[in-house]
Amino acid sequence: MTETNSLVQIKGLRDGLLVSLDDAPWDEQRSALLLQVDMQPAFFQGARLALDVSSQVLHVNELVDLRDQLSERGIALWAVISESPTTENTAQLLGLATRISKPRPEEARQFAVENLGEDTALFLNRTIRSGTRIEFSGHVVVLGDVNPGAEIVAEGNVIVWGRVRGMIHAGSKGNRKAMICALDLSPTQLRIADEVSAVLKPQEHPRPEVARINENGKLQAEFWLPG
Amino acid sequence: MPAQVVTITSGKGGVGKTTAVANLAVALASGGSKVVCIDGDIGLRNLDVILGLENRIVYDIVDVIEGRCRLKQAMIRDKKLPDLYLIPAAQTRDKNAVSPSDMNRLIKDLRADYDFVLIDSPAGIERGFRNAIAAADRVLVVTNPEVSAVRDADRVIGILEAEEKGPAALILNRLNPVLVKKHDMLSADDVLDLLAIELIGIVPEDENVIIGSNRGAPVAADPKSKAGQAFRNIARRLKGETVPFLDLESQGSLWERIQRLAGRN
Repeated sequence: MTETNSLVQIKGLRDGLLVSLDDAPWDEQRSALLLQVDMQPAFFQGARLALDVSSQVLHVNELVDLRDQLSERGIALWAVISESPTTENTAQLLGLATRISKPRPEEARQFAVENLGEDTALFLNRTIRSGTRIEFSGHVVVLGDVNPGAEIVAEGNVIVWGRVRGMIHAGSKGNRKAMICALDLSPTQLRIADEVSAVLKPQEHPRPEVARINENGKLQAEFWLPG
Repeated sequence: MPAQVVTITSGKGGVGKTTAVANLAVALASGGSKVVCIDGDIGLRNLDVILGLENRIVYDIVDVIEGRCRLKQAMIRDKKLPDLYLIPAAQTRDKNAVSPSDMNRLIKDLRADYDFVLIDSPAGIERGFRNAIAAADRVLVVTNPEVSAVRDADRVIGILEAEEKGPAALILNRLNPVLVKKHDMLSADDVLDLLAIELIGIVPEDENVIIGSNRGAPVAADPKSKAGQAFRNIARRLKGETVPFLDLESQGSLWERIQRLAGRN
């Protein structure tokens, strides 16, 4: 299901049609698209349409106009994809999606918590691998390793029952009382609130450690002493 | 029995994916399996060169997908092994010429008639990689004992886990036992410790691999090569056999070998 003319490319997607426009002047593009629609009304009738405008800079009136033109023809414009931040802004203002595939859950996971109580914690029972970023507005508990290239950013404490070799930021919103505990603390970097520490050598015989901000305001890790 | 579809990938480029695909294909086909390998690296095709089939290409995978030829027409039979076929990549197109559902459809047509479909993935984690893993039953991740390659392998394993592509298995390629011994190279244990996945093979560094690749004659067909032996072992493990890992340090003295044995048992 691919229609091609010089300006407008139309492709079938799982949940509608994707129309890609190139960088020709907007008026031409717009007319070309509407012409295409008018030529095959049956094909477009009732379609959900996502629009890829590449780097076109579009303002509210232009998008509103197109949206209305399309809806007159029975087409719902639901997304505008663009490389231009202005256009993205415009689309967001109009309540249009700016991305057609759902963002990958692993890449940047933001966990929204309605009522952030003191005891809210995210429990992760797996190894956090390179390229994964976990962001959470409470504490984070990991049962597994945090590998190099992985990042954990928590507003509360971070407890890792495993090895830490990636980056951990506890108290990310400025809580200087936050701490980081791990069975083996050999991170690429640790942060608590706005303190950063990068000089933590991997240990020959790892022991559980706790990192926190000490009386002198420095981020410091010490062995965990039971009791 | 329907084919097992195995994708070989790595994240980082240059760690030996294509070499691994060529060698596994040769090893499987000489062991009596019917094998098709698919070069998924559209725009940067290599597998045909390593298999020595470059000059026989008439049609490629994009021709099949876009309906310019039948699947059988794009399948090139190996010079020596009658049960080994290659579907080459297009050199003049890019990854966007193929979609994951195209791959699924293509491989569906192959499943009934072959024992193994091996897919050579391009480096990276973008479109080409997604195409290559779309139809995979099993994914083998190739890495070298280098920090950067291991880091990228970790990333790829994370994506595979997120996509529920089943547990990936690891091929550790180009391990140099002498350097490991001097603590100048990550050991197999170091790598496994970090990646925490099943190990399906360790391939020692061996200059014959490069020579074989340049000649279009993969080293898996050479009974004397240690790397070839390692690839043949991986092929047998893919078929479900239990094969002990090679002793890569046999240059060591007799006493060291006894010590190692004692330490292991």
